[in-house]
Amino acid sequence: MKERLRLLELMVTIREFEELTRRLYKEHVIQGALHLYIGEEATAVGACAALRPDDYILSTHRGHGHCIAKGGDLKKMLAELAGRRTGYCRGRGGSMHLFAPDIGLMGGNGIVGGGIPLALGVAYAVRYNETDQVVVCFFSDGASNQGTWHESMNMAALWNLPLIFLCENNQYAATTPVADTLCVPDVARRAAGYGMPGEVVDGMDVEAVREATARAVSRARLGEGPSLIECVTFRYEAHCMVLADHRKRPKGETERWQGHDPIDLLEKRLLNDKQATSEEIASLRQSVLDKLQEAEFFARESEFPDPEEFRAEHERGNWQCVR
Amino acid sequence: MRQIRYTQALNEALHEEMERDPSVMQLGEDIGPYGGVWEIHRGLLSKFGPMRVRQTPISECGFIGLAVGAAMSGLRPVVEIMYIDFITTAMDQVINQAAKLPLMSGGAVKVPLVIRGEQGSGTREAAQHSQNLESWFVHTPGLKVVMPSTPYDAKGLLKSAIRDDEPVMFLEHRLLYGEKGEVPEGEYVVPIGEGIVRREGKDLTVVSTSYFLLKVLEAAQTLEAEGIDVEVIDPRTLMPLDINLIVNSVQKTGKLLVVQEATVVASMGAEIVRQVVETAFDALQATPRVIGNAHVPMPYSPVLEDTCMPSRGDLLETIRQMAVGTRSKRIVS
Ligand SMILES: Cc1ncc(C[n+]2csc(CCOP(=O)(O)OP(=O)(O)O)c2C)c(N)n1
Ligand SMILES: [Mg+2]
Repeated sequence: MKERLRLLELMVTIREFEELTRRLYKEHVIQGALHLYIGEEATAVGACAALRPDDYILSTHRGHGHCIAKGGDLKKMLAELAGRRTGYCRGRGGSMHLFAPDIGLMGGNGIVGGGIPLALGVAYAVRYNETDQVVVCFFSDGASNQGTWHESMNMAALWNLPLIFLCENNQYAATTPVADTLCVPDVARRAAGYGMPGEVVDGMDVEAVREATARAVSRARLGEGPSLIECVTFRYEAHCMVLADHRKRPKGETERWQGHDPIDLLEKRLLNDKQATSEEIASLRQSVLDKLQEAEFFARESEFPDPEEFRAEHERGNWQCVR
Repeated sequence: MRQIRYTQALNEALHEEMERDPSVMQLGEDIGPYGGVWEIHRGLLSKFGPMRVRQTPISECGFIGLAVGAAMSGLRPVVEIMYIDFITTAMDQVINQAAKLPLMSGGAVKVPLVIRGEQGSGTREAAQHSQNLESWFVHTPGLKVVMPSTPYDAKGLLKSAIRDDEPVMFLEHRLLYGEKGEVPEGEYVVPIGEGIVRREGKDLTVVSTSYFLLKVLEAAQTLEAEGIDVEVIDPRTLMPLDINLIVNSVQKTGKLLVVQEATVVASMGAEIVRQVVETAFDALQATPRVIGNAHVPMPYSPVLEDTCMPSRGDLLETIRQMAVGTRSKRIVS
């Protein structure tokens, strides 16, 4: 029961974190590219719940949820998004590129499909070092059309690497619906071509995602090789802050998915199974909001990096040509 | 004359060329019903249908290769790369295929291909979305490289690029997309390979392209009040480069500054200086200079990005210093 509440807490944290980033973007505290994860919380939380702290994940341009689910520090995350020196990457990376090796997060990525071979490499290093860690590579439907994905699927299976390809099929790649880009009805089916198991799960059901991931993890830990899991989910919001693609979707589509919301689903289960009261859930939500407020305060109060220090750090910067 | 946005100028060029020539087709991500994330493909799908306006999966290497093959087979594909940074995923098709097949085949095949997309820094999008890659393409024999700075040139040069029988890299800047400028109603083209004097002056030649050109023109205006008379040249095409236009100007002013957003090491700016030094050394009254972005992957934080790019103040100060000629002329005996 405690674990279920923990899953709920993480999903609520992600959702409220994203709402906060949206507000901070409007205030220009966060700038540049910002991709919200709202609607997809169950995939990151379910997958990471099946991992140990020393397991690895690789993330994407839509990576805040992955970082939170793997145990990321909200303060350092928000400070990074605000470009502060106290952020995970000292303000150098920003929203799309969160790196936190201390929690096993080996990086987000601004290049669709760019992180997939990196996951292959991390898994190779695990085998090399003969530990029993596993690697989860998050990607969405769009990335499964990159050559890097297909090459990595082949090598992972060929060399039996402890890698879980975790597809967050959120139905769209930017403005393009998945049916217009995939030659087969689902991504999971592609696993067969690479000799590994492929499974479709309800990506709105955090416990289903956790169970499926746990099965793949145990295979990987036993040296039985990679798996592909396709979580069927949905991105409620626009692709990023400067597009309005979500307003051009078929009527009622977003609402239909919202009717199967991952947070509502787990809340209902907790209430039905009498594992939590609505008061307890409300207070959980409040404690999440309190933590986020602290993180926001931390980010806003943190200093920006020092440009002079940056210049000194980069001796090959050819600074005389900037002026 | 009517004023239209840079994106609309591009959109008109695509519409008109597709109407004029049935072999012209479009490829790229999100260019279908949405009309492209930059909305440059508006109205094309409904007018020309999916065979000619092909929205692709995120498979750049595959669809750029497809475009090269289609170009060899008589089509004239125009490919959109959403951010030029992503072309890296397709570099074999650009560098080893598109650029080389015409020569390797002894002219048996042609590759009338346009790869267009925006690039640029200054929008807080960090290292993988902030590059200016024109120098890479200039460095590769077999490619033409075009970098229009105004809506007029964007339209006229895109039409020329589409009609060209060689592969053309057509590089836009996302901060130019909202800029308006005069574009006539009727048909016109701007030839590839012709630069233009944007402003006449006698004290110093400044060469600049794309979005930086706007800042240079503004700086020139500001400095006029201080009695500094800057000549501004926009090459518009980097390969082939209109070097005579630049050399003639330097012969008049005796001083050369290249201002670019790309990182400077081994860049187009460095190349322009090389060519001017080799052909007009005696005309130089001061050390020629290039200013541009620092040689680091672009950091996200606004304060850091700003420190990696020449600011308005840096630009003004550099021009002032060069114009008053604080560096003495080097004499070769
Ligand atoms: C190589 C590359 N091509 C294009 C883009 C632009 N882009 C960023 S996200 C995105 C859509 C990605 O779709 P998907 O993989 O399904 O991820 P989602 O956004 O749904 O999470 C695109 C086209 C990019 N960043 N990198
Ligand atoms: Mg997707």
